[in-house]
Amino acid sequence: MTAQTAEQRDLTAVIGLEVHVQLETETKIFCGCSTQPDDDEEPNTRTCPVCLGLPGALPVLNEGAVEAAVKVGKALGSEIPEETRFHRKNYYYPDLPKNFQITQYDAPICDSGEIEFGVDGDRRTVEIERAHLEEDPGSLSHAGGSIDTAEYTLIDYNRAGTPLMEIVTAPDFRSAAEARAFLAKLTEVLEYLGVFDVTRNGSLRVDANLSIVDAAEVDEGGGIDEETLESANRTEVKNISSHKGAEKALAYEETRQKNAIQRGREVEQETRHWDESRGITVSMRSKEEEKDYRYFREADLPPLRVSGWKEEIEIPELPDARRERFREEYGLDAESASKLTSTKQVADFYERIAEKFDSGLAATWVADNLLGELHYRDMAITDVTDRLGEFTRLVELVDTGEITVKNAEEVVLRRMLDDRLDPETVVESEGLGKTDDDAVAAAVSDAIEENPDAVEDYHAGEDGALNFLVGQVMAETGGSADPGTVNELLRERLEG
Amino acid sequence: MSHNAFITEERIEGDADGALAGRTVAVKDNISTAGLRTTCGSTTLEEYVPPYDATVVERLKAAGATIVGKTNMDEFGMGTTTETSAFGPVENPAAEGRVPGGSSGGSAAAVAAGEADLALGSDTGGSVRCPAAFCGVVGIKPTYGLVSRYGLVAYANSLEQIGPLAPTVEEAAELLEVLAGSDPNDATTREPPADAETDYAAAADGDVSGLTIGVPTELLEGADDGVRAIFEDALAELEMKGATTTAVSLPSVEAAVQAYYVIAMSEASSNLARFDGVRYGRSGEGEDDGNWNESFAAARDVGFGEEVKRRVLLGTYALSAGYHDKYYKKAQDARAWVKQDFDSAFESVDVLASPTMPVPPFERGESLDDPLQMYLADANTVPINLANLPAISVPAGETDEGPVGLQLVGPAFGEATIIRAGSALS
Ligand SMILES: [Zn+2]
Repeated sequence: MTAQTAEQRDLTAVIGLEVHVQLETETKIFCGCSTQPDDDEEPNTRTCPVCLGLPGALPVLNEGAVEAAVKVGKALGSEIPEETRFHRKNYYYPDLPKNFQITQYDAPICDSGEIEFGVDGDRRTVEIERAHLEEDPGSLSHAGGSIDTAEYTLIDYNRAGTPLMEIVTAPDFRSAAEARAFLAKLTEVLEYLGVFDVTRNGSLRVDANLSIVDAAEVDEGGGIDEETLESANRTEVKNISSHKGAEKALAYEETRQKNAIQRGREVEQETRHWDESRGITVSMRSKEEEKDYRYFREADLPPLRVSGWKEEIEIPELPDARRERFREEYGLDAESASKLTSTKQVADFYERIAEKFDSGLAATWVADNLLGELHYRDMAITDVTDRLGEFTRLVELVDTGEITVKNAEEVVLRRMLDDRLDPETVVESEGLGKTDDDAVAAAVSDAIEENPDAVEDYHAGEDGALNFLVGQVMAETGGSADPGTVNELLRERLEG
Repeated sequence: MSHNAFITEERIEGDADGALAGRTVAVKDNISTAGLRTTCGSTTLEEYVPPYDATVVERLKAAGATIVGKTNMDEFGMGTTTETSAFGPVENPAAEGRVPGGSSGGSAAAVAAGEADLALGSDTGGSVRCPAAFCGVVGIKPTYGLVSRYGLVAYANSLEQIGPLAPTVEEAAELLEVLAGSDPNDATTREPPADAETDYAAAADGDVSGLTIGVPTELLEGADDGVRAIFEDALAELEMKGATTTAVSLPSVEAAVQAYYVIAMSEASSNLARFDGVRYGRSGEGEDDGNWNESFAAARDVGFGEEVKRRVLLGTYALSAGYHDKYYKKAQDARAWVKQDFDSAFESVDVLASPTMPVPPFERGESLDDPLQMYLADANTVPINLANLPAISVPAGETDEGPVGLQLVGPAFGEATIIRAGSALS
């Protein structure tokens, strides 16, 4: 084609995601080892014959992992089969203890489903093709370079056997931003379900495939026919470990492929590696041939009957529903409701506060003051969930008028977070208890006596004069007087 | 005289008392023993010392048995003669110059030579029954799921069971009683149905009156004349003691050997994949330019013998895209057919009988050059593994070339029935 027509092509990205999440279970998926790393644990200590893949060791399915997966399936609206089975995926890689991975193939625990999420003010729904359980491999550290260039590589099997869920979407995304918004929503839902901890290192890993098609091929419903999809060369981008990373990697890849096509070059079908630090995707070795994983049934694990599990296993209220309820039940505006349901922990925290106080006051203190101060300190609600009692007492001090709102916000809350003090200790040490009436009355008298000019201006009807006098009283009482009361007292004295 | 029955001779004392107190047991070297190397007859595992005991080893110790060593075997259980061991072949104590059968040849030889009172073998396609037959001892392949495989180094995990070898049916039954029972570490173990007779030793009472024995015509077709004559004498003896015999047909067994080898090799290709030189066997040999894939290949090249390589390669091929349906899936279909055939046969008979091996023990070296001939010798044993059923091999007599075994097959968890029938022969 000529350069001229090439420039005119209107192109669209087609993106599908494979999201691997570590499920929060007590023990690994096929053995009794803990899934929780100890602080500064030594490599290869949280292991046993099973997760080390020692000769003769056999996997035994942790039904807790299956329950967690069923919760995910319920949240995604998936079909849960009558019976779920495991297969072996055979490939050689140094992080795989057995050189095969136990995974699911023809009877995944979750079939189909969808997720609705918001992006740039629009609601989008993405189809989930399947979600299945598998075991996490160990982790490799390459001494001086990548696996191909390192002098040697160390293997740590502590992670091996951690339950993973692989969630596969249809190629329904049309932009990197959509992919990011989806991941945010997905992890939010998983956290709500209590099956996922986003703060755990390596708990989220994303493989993304991206291809470019002519925008004209996209029908009105956003669909693209199979043939067009098949004929477009796509790349698989690996090594993405965050929402932000996914957006950056896919935006880079979209631009790279579009540029190639606009220049009349063919996009090579290949696997690429997202290099986070350089912000680019790089080709992984020369043409990898189509991998043949030689899947076959894992005979060591009998099929598990899970019919009825979907009905028996309960899941908590999900974010969308909770957001809606917060608006109705607590009379919150959309923004507050959204902030207060951003994570299950925030929502739970809010509801505990709202039980005791006015729901609007509780919303201001949790959504605006607390979350704002936490955000400023790069902290999360989970850092203070165990201090719910202290926080409740802080709101109480404000609610009963024992301290001023200003002092509560600017002094007490901040010192509670910075110095881990309880609110009473801060009030005491800073002398923030509201000044008693006599002291305020004395300060009012002093202000009137010491500022005859201002008093004159007041009587002459100048608006600023009263504010000046209030300021004087506040300064004398160290900000502990209530400005409304001071205002009232001054008027009484000046008018009287 | 040493028969090279053991790879490692070492005593491990069990508890002071129990059902096997005072008995010595030889353990096949693919069954994990904590602190004692477990080689599977392979160079790859020459120095591998398991940190844990197989469930059956724990049960032996708890029953008061004394383990006397780890027995020689075909490499990873892949053979019918115990000649593929990296630790040299085993002599047949009952037939000089002939193979002891395999792959549990060391276990059978140890019992036949009196080097151990009892032994554990493992049976993937006949690996307990074949050496029992060739060495003139008793061997039992239990129903799949009766005995824990935890700690048994897998060759073909959907097919194999650990089983006892002993001089007499009663002793084999006593050992089976110690081994049997479900295990939380092996998800494929099951408790026998409530109405199943599980007092195996007591079942060895020789009472076969009223027993109906089916004789599958297909399992006699390939039998050597001498073997056939002994088999018929054995049937006559059982009839004399009150059993009736009747011919039955199992048309599916025609496909059994092929199906068995496709399934066993496919599973083996995956089960043995972990032996890549990183944690087992030799590594750093060969030119790999730091490429781990080449390094794995080099380690496997020096670590595995010819027969193992042959089976891993064929198994990999059978599972590959484009061949999976033609081989692996077809073999699974044949397996289902075999199971069905046995199920219908057991609607009209109590046990099935055949020669364990269609031939007497091979001369040493005879079969090594012709793997296909060796595979066909498994024709009578492999269908039982495909069908997950229990079978026993009991000595039936001897030809000039060595001992001949009678195989009795029962329905699932029908161990007591085949033990009772087998005990009538001795
Ligand atoms: Zn473990």
